[in-house]
Formats: sequence, structure tokens, C-alpha cells
Amino acid sequence: MNRYPLWKYVVVAAAMVLGLFYTLPNFFGEVPAVQISPLRATLKADTALMGRVEEILKKGAFQPTGIFLDLQSVKARFADTDTQIRAKDVLQKQLGEDYIVALNLLSNSPAWLSSLGALPMYLGLDLRGGVHFLLQVDMRAALDKKVESFAGDIRTNLREKRIQYGGVNRAGPVLTVRFRDEAMRDRALAELTRTIPDLAFTAEGDAGQYRIVAALKPEARRRTQDFALQQNITTLRNRVNELGVAEPIIQQQGADRVVVQLPGVQDTAKAKDILGRTATLEVRMVAEEHLNPATIQAAIAGQVPFGAELYYERDGTPLLVRKQVVLTGERITDAQPGFDNQTNEPAVHITLDGVGARIFQQVTRENVGKRMAILLFEKGKGEVVTAPVIRTEIGGGRVQISGRMNTQEAKDIALLLRAGALAAPMEIIEERTVGPSLGAENIRIGFQSTWYGFAALTVFMIAYYMLFGVFSIVALASNVLFLVALLSLLQATLTLPGMAGIALTLGMAIDANVLINERVREELRGGNTPQAAIHAGYDRAWGTILDSNITTLIAGLALFAFGSGPVKGFAVVLCLGILTSIFSAVVVSRAIVNLYYGSRRRLDHVSIGQVWKTAAHGK
Amino acid sequence: MEWFRISRDIPFMRHALLFNIISVVTFVVAVGSLATRGLNLGVDFTGGTVMEVAYSEAADLDKVREAVARLGFTDASVQNFGTSRDVLIRLPVKEGVTSAQLSERVMEQLRKDDPKVEMRRVEFVGPQVGRELFENGALALLFVSIGIVLYLWLRFEWKFGVAAIIANLHDVIIIVGLFSLFQWEFSLPVLAAVLAILGYSVNESVVVFDRVRETFRNRRMRNLTVPQILDHAITRTMSRTIITHGSTQIMVCSMLVFGGETLFYFALALTIGILFGIYSSVLVASPIVMYLGVSREDLARPEPARKPDETGAVI
Repeated sequence: MNRYPLWKYVVVAAAMVLGLFYTLPNFFGEVPAVQISPLRATLKADTALMGRVEEILKKGAFQPTGIFLDLQSVKARFADTDTQIRAKDVLQKQLGEDYIVALNLLSNSPAWLSSLGALPMYLGLDLRGGVHFLLQVDMRAALDKKVESFAGDIRTNLREKRIQYGGVNRAGPVLTVRFRDEAMRDRALAELTRTIPDLAFTAEGDAGQYRIVAALKPEARRRTQDFALQQNITTLRNRVNELGVAEPIIQQQGADRVVVQLPGVQDTAKAKDILGRTATLEVRMVAEEHLNPATIQAAIAGQVPFGAELYYERDGTPLLVRKQVVLTGERITDAQPGFDNQTNEPAVHITLDGVGARIFQQVTRENVGKRMAILLFEKGKGEVVTAPVIRTEIGGGRVQISGRMNTQEAKDIALLLRAGALAAPMEIIEERTVGPSLGAENIRIGFQSTWYGFAALTVFMIAYYMLFGVFSIVALASNVLFLVALLSLLQATLTLPGMAGIALTLGMAIDANVLINERVREELRGGNTPQAAIHAGYDRAWGTILDSNITTLIAGLALFAFGSGPVKGFAVVLCLGILTSIFSAVVVSRAIVNLYYGSRRRLDHVSIGQVWKTAAHGK
Repeated sequence: MEWFRISRDIPFMRHALLFNIISVVTFVVAVGSLATRGLNLGVDFTGGTVMEVAYSEAADLDKVREAVARLGFTDASVQNFGTSRDVLIRLPVKEGVTSAQLSERVMEQLRKDDPKVEMRRVEFVGPQVGRELFENGALALLFVSIGIVLYLWLRFEWKFGVAAIIANLHDVIIIVGLFSLFQWEFSLPVLAAVLAILGYSVNESVVVFDRVRETFRNRRMRNLTVPQILDHAITRTMSRTIITHGSTQIMVCSMLVFGGETLFYFALALTIGILFGIYSSVLVASPIVMYLGVSREDLARPEPARKPDETGAVI
């Protein structure tokens, strides 16, 4: 009665072989590597790039232990971190700015394993070290800015149609346009509603006060928010590329948040510095009419003229700038440092998108000889990056700024412009940084507690249940195998709580075997023959095992649903561990027992430790 | 080996009142502590900054405090973490200082005193995120409780379900209460441990109740009173209860000892949960069932087709 059909043995054996196969890559550890990926979409990671990398490394007498090509990058493995770092510097210098050269860790597992899809588990930030940021996009600012940009449109529209108005003011996300009489207002209302579909206009007013109040329509609101978020993600991606991180994760979370994870970043200060630059760019006209010392003095004292704002240049010179925004940073598609081809002065070359080019042409045509200021806003504080004089009308969206800057400044300005301005300010609302040494220690801690616990369990189980204890431990070991294999197969991220989850799952999984063993003993105590006791023991323990796992699974699912970050990792391990433990405790251990005892016709005794019989039960 | 050589049923129910008193006292202490002292919530829930720094030799905490105070944090907590070389610095949320640059500024100050200081870990949680994590934690607790009640409802008669959930929520209150009483830090992993334990230990009640039901239906045991039946069920399942929990506890002990500071409170919550889980699901849940007036009639309803090996004596 304790025999399995052949196919069941085959299934168990196959599961164990697969488990071993997919667990294997985790044992090889990781080796230092350098990852080279193109910065632009036009450049490709191909065999040509691989050849170049190979050649550079050969010239520098670095001996990579392997060079690989995948879809996005070329990776070279090195024997030690020293060579890795030196190789990185040389590669970066030789390949230039078009490629990101980043330090990375690569699995040391043999190629045949990787080619069959057997990859090691992905280590979380708390195990490998790195930075995790959660950034919140200030949507109110994004909406305010969007509404502000419509103020100009309203003015232009009304002026073109010769509708007289008293002024356009923004208070929060609402624009108010004032009129002298009702007829003007009604004409304006019809005109604006027709030409600006993104805004909802309502007429207000009584007793000589005629107003139109405009606010973004819900749909336009949503579009603005989506755009702001996407723009910010793109910008962050550009900035992270500058950092040279091997496998950055930049993802949207919820409606207004962005998660940034930078594994293996050693210089966290620099990472924060570059990411935390919550800069937005604006191009405005300098308020030339107010540029006399008296007005500026008054402005410094707090008397800023109407329609202007006071900002300072980098060297501290005060400058009065118009409130009206000509262009915002999102219109800038590229910026490169270079030289003016006539004067050979350091310069910054800017490329604008279509809309930006059109606006720029119009503005420059109307303002030749005047100054325009490029303002950088960080944390709500503005600074004049540069305020060049417009020499001619500039069309085609190619702008050159030169004069009053050295090469380094040109480079800095270009970087600031290129890395892109954010569509809306962002703030870091959560940060988790783990230094690399702590990461290594966490791996050791997690591994040790699992291993020692497992060893203690082994001693106890074998001492208490003898041979059945051995069977249980083999089943438990197979459970580890299945769990790790499954986690590797799913490429789940392993964190320290995840490792704790593995340890806890093992502790809970042994329950099933204890239940079975106790039940078998009980059956023996009740006077059953050994074969019948084994059979009944497994049968009857099954219901209880299922019960005990369902309630834990409920908890695991809740943790998964409501947990975040590391807790989610714990939940994944817990849930998967419960599933694998049912299989290993019931099917695998039964298979071993059947294999060992099942074929014996006359079985007088099973090795399950002492079975104590009371007088009442004894025969 | 066989540790549980119990020939007669242990009269647990005779001492039900005693267990109730123990439970009520611990419960009152737990709730009292929660009400008066509150929880020492970790940075995950309150928001703020936690930094772990390592020195090459024993750290001078006063100097660290001074350095932090230079930045204007007078209410920062500075303490050793694990070894005397590791220092944990906690900075509360400060109005206006939300930037994550804060940790860099602290490191700058610390480096002035000892350039070899190493930054090991920084956790900065904005107050808003902290509130969300707290809410999600509460939601998870609610979800688990409802899920388990539903499961028990399907699985048992309502009296058993009610008893089991009361017993297990009593565990949760006691774990949380102890964390409050000793002002241990209540962090996200601790919450995860509490929820995992809730799912794990409710199973113990299920096992005992299964046995109770089985005993009620067993005709050989027909003349036993309700308390006697409960005693019998508890005694018969005691061996497996203690061994299963004991083996889980072995694993948890390993985490407690080798898991370092990071896993310590997580493992501690599990330990308390496992110990109280044994106690409560057996000695709290069963008396409640008794008080709810469970009777043979409750279970004598549509009796499923009896298994052949359960027939017992036949006249």
C-alpha cells in the first residue's frame, strides 16, 4: 500500500534535478565586471562595439575573463575589482561621452547554465548595497505652471481680436481676466472658449466688475500631470546615465511618484547630488526698462517693479527679469558645449523642439539687441544661469550662447540644460541607502541564520525521529532547493527580509513532517501494522497540513498586497515557500519513505524513534 | 525519544479560570502600556532619518552627539548598535528640512572628528510616506483578520471561529503590548512578523478544534462532558503542538542569535508570537468555546459519511 507508481518517482526526481539546476547559479557567486552601454538610441551595442572594447582592453593589457554581448550592452568580466576599476577608467576615456561605462557585478556561473536560462537570484539593495529613492512630483506646481503658460495665450488671443481687457492674473491654478464692460467680456468668453479648448471659462461679475475665470479642464489636468511625470522620469533617466550605474531602475509609482534604485552605487553623495538637483529651466526676457541702479536698489530693498522679478547672476549681479515666461526647459532637446566658430570663444549650443523654435524665432525677432535670461530654479529659488544679448533673429531652433564664460562653465551650463529641466519640482520623500560593506554583511547574516537553524533542526529531527527524521530533513532540504530555484527562475529580488522569510518558511515547513511523523507514531501506538501506520499517518496528516498552510498563506497574501519594498520580498518568499513546502513535505518525503519501506513485504519495525504506549492503548 | 508520555487527560478546563486570569492580566497590561506609553514606532512609520555609521575603533558617542548638535538637532538620539564601533543616529522629521541631503551634512560633520568614519546605511522616510506605511500596515492586519475569520467560518461552527479569532487577536495585542512595554522598536519587519504569526498560530486552534469535533462524534466518548472532551483533545494534540512550534522556534532562535541587530526584533516578535500562540490557541480558545456553550448538538448536525475506521463499538 506504500508504493508509488513509477511516474510519481519520476516527477519527484525530475523536480529535484530541475531544482538543483536552477539553484546552481547562486553558488558561483559574482565577479566584478564593466558594463558598456550606448547613451543614444542611434548607437547600438553590437559586435563592432564589442571589437572596440576588446581592442582597448588588449592595448591596456587588461585581461578580461570574458566579454559578452547582450541586447543593450557589452560586458567584460575581470578577475578582481582593481583591474575592473582601472579598466573602467580607460574604457570611459577611450570610448568618450557617447557610452555609459559602469561598474557591475556579473554572475560567475558557467555559460551553459546561463544559456539555459538558469540565472542567480537578483540581490536586493540591502544585500548588494546601493540607493533607493522615492520621489514625489509636485503636481500643484506643474499645474500652476501649465495654467501660467496659458496666460500668454489669452493675452495674444484677445489682442489679436482687439478685445480690450484689464489684465490677466493667476491665483493658484485659476486665471482671472478683468473687463470693463459686459459686452467685451461676452465676446472674449466666446472667443477664448473657441480657441483654447484646454481651459474651462466661466463668466463672473456684478456691479461694474466683469471677469472671466479660467481653470484647466479635468482632462487637460490629467494630461498635464501625466506629462509632468513622464518628463521627470525621462530627465531622471538622463541624469542617472551620467552617473554610470549598471542596472538602474526608474519607475512610476502611483499617480505622482517615481522610484529610483541605483544598485551598487558607492558614491551616494554624488548620486543624491545629481538626482536631487530639482532644477527647472525658464527663458525670460530681461526687464530692460527697469535696469537703472535706482530701481535695482529699490528692488533689493523689496520694491520690485510690477511685472518683474529680481534674480541674481552667478557672480552676484542683481538682474530684473520679466515675470512672463518665454520658454520652459521641456522645449530644449539638446545642449552641447563647444566653441563659437567665429570668435572661438567657449559656447553652448542649444537645440529646441518645433514649438520652442517657433516661439524663439518670434521673440528674438521682436527683441534684437535686448537681453534674455536663462533662469534655473532649484527648490523654488531662481538663479540666472546666463543672460546673453540677442544679436539677430534666430530661427530653426538652433541657438548658440557665447561670451562671458569659460570652457568649464560652458560644459556645466550645457549639462544643466541637457540633463533637462524637470517639468515640475520633485522632492525625495523616502531614501534607503545601504553601504556595500553592510550589504555583504547582510548576506552573511541571512545565510548564517538559515544555515545554523537548519543544522539545529537536523540534529533534533534525527535524534527524535531517527530514520524518519532523516527523511524529513531530506524533504526539508529539497524544499530549500525548490524555493531557491523558483526564486531564481522568477528572477525575484532577494532581500534580507526575504532571507529571513526563507529561514522562517523552513521552520514552518518542518511542521508538516512533524505532523506526519506524530501521526504515524500515533497509529503505531494504536496498534496498526507499520505499513498501515505509514499509510494512515500520511493520509490523515494531509488535512491538517493543508489547514495550517492556508491560514499562513492568507497572511502572506495580505503582506504582499499591502506591503512595500522589503516586506513585499518577505511575503513573496513566504507564499512561495508555503507552496513548495506542501509538495516537499508530502510528496517528496512520501516518495523516500515508499522507496525505503514500501517494497518490504514483512515489515515489523519502522525507525521513527520510540513509540510509547500507555497501559490503556497497549495490547 | 518520546517526550510526551501522558496516559491520562490533563484537566486543563478545571483550571480554565486561572488561564483566563493570566490572559486578562497580560491583556490589561498590554493594553495599558499601549495606551499610556504607546509604541516606539520605527522610522518607517513616524518619518525621520536613521543613519548607521561605523568607526574603525570604539566610537565616542558624546562627540557624535556634539557633531549632530552642530547641525541644530538637539533631539537626535545617538546610540551604539550591535558593537561599540557601530553607531545609530536617529533624527526626527524637521519642518523645512525634508531634503535627503541631510545625511550628507551629518557625515560631513562626523568626518571632521574622524575622517575614517564609514556610512553604512541611511533611511530617510518622509512623514507622508510614514503615514501611508502605517495605514497599509493597519489594512494588512484587518485583511488578515477578516480572511482568517472567513476561513474559520467556512471551516467550523461559528463558536469555534469566534473563539479562535479572539485567541489570536489576543496574541497580537500581547506581542504589540510587549513591544510597547519594553519600548522595543516597532518597525515594518516586526509588523510582517506579527502578521505571519497570526496566520501561523491560528492553525493551532484549528488542530485542537478538529480534535474536539472528532471526539464529539466519537461514540466511544459519548459519556464525556464538554470540559472532558476539550481536555482530551488538548492532551492528545499537545505533543505535536509543542514539537511543531518547537521546531519553528529552533529556526527563529537561530535568527535571534545570528541575525544581528537587523533581524533581532523581527525574530523577537516571532518568538513571542510562537510562545503565546501555543498558549492562547489552546488555553484561551478552548475555554471560550466552552463558555459559548458548545454542545454535542452543535456538531451532531449533518454528520458526514463516517469513515470506515471510525466506527468504534457497534452493538
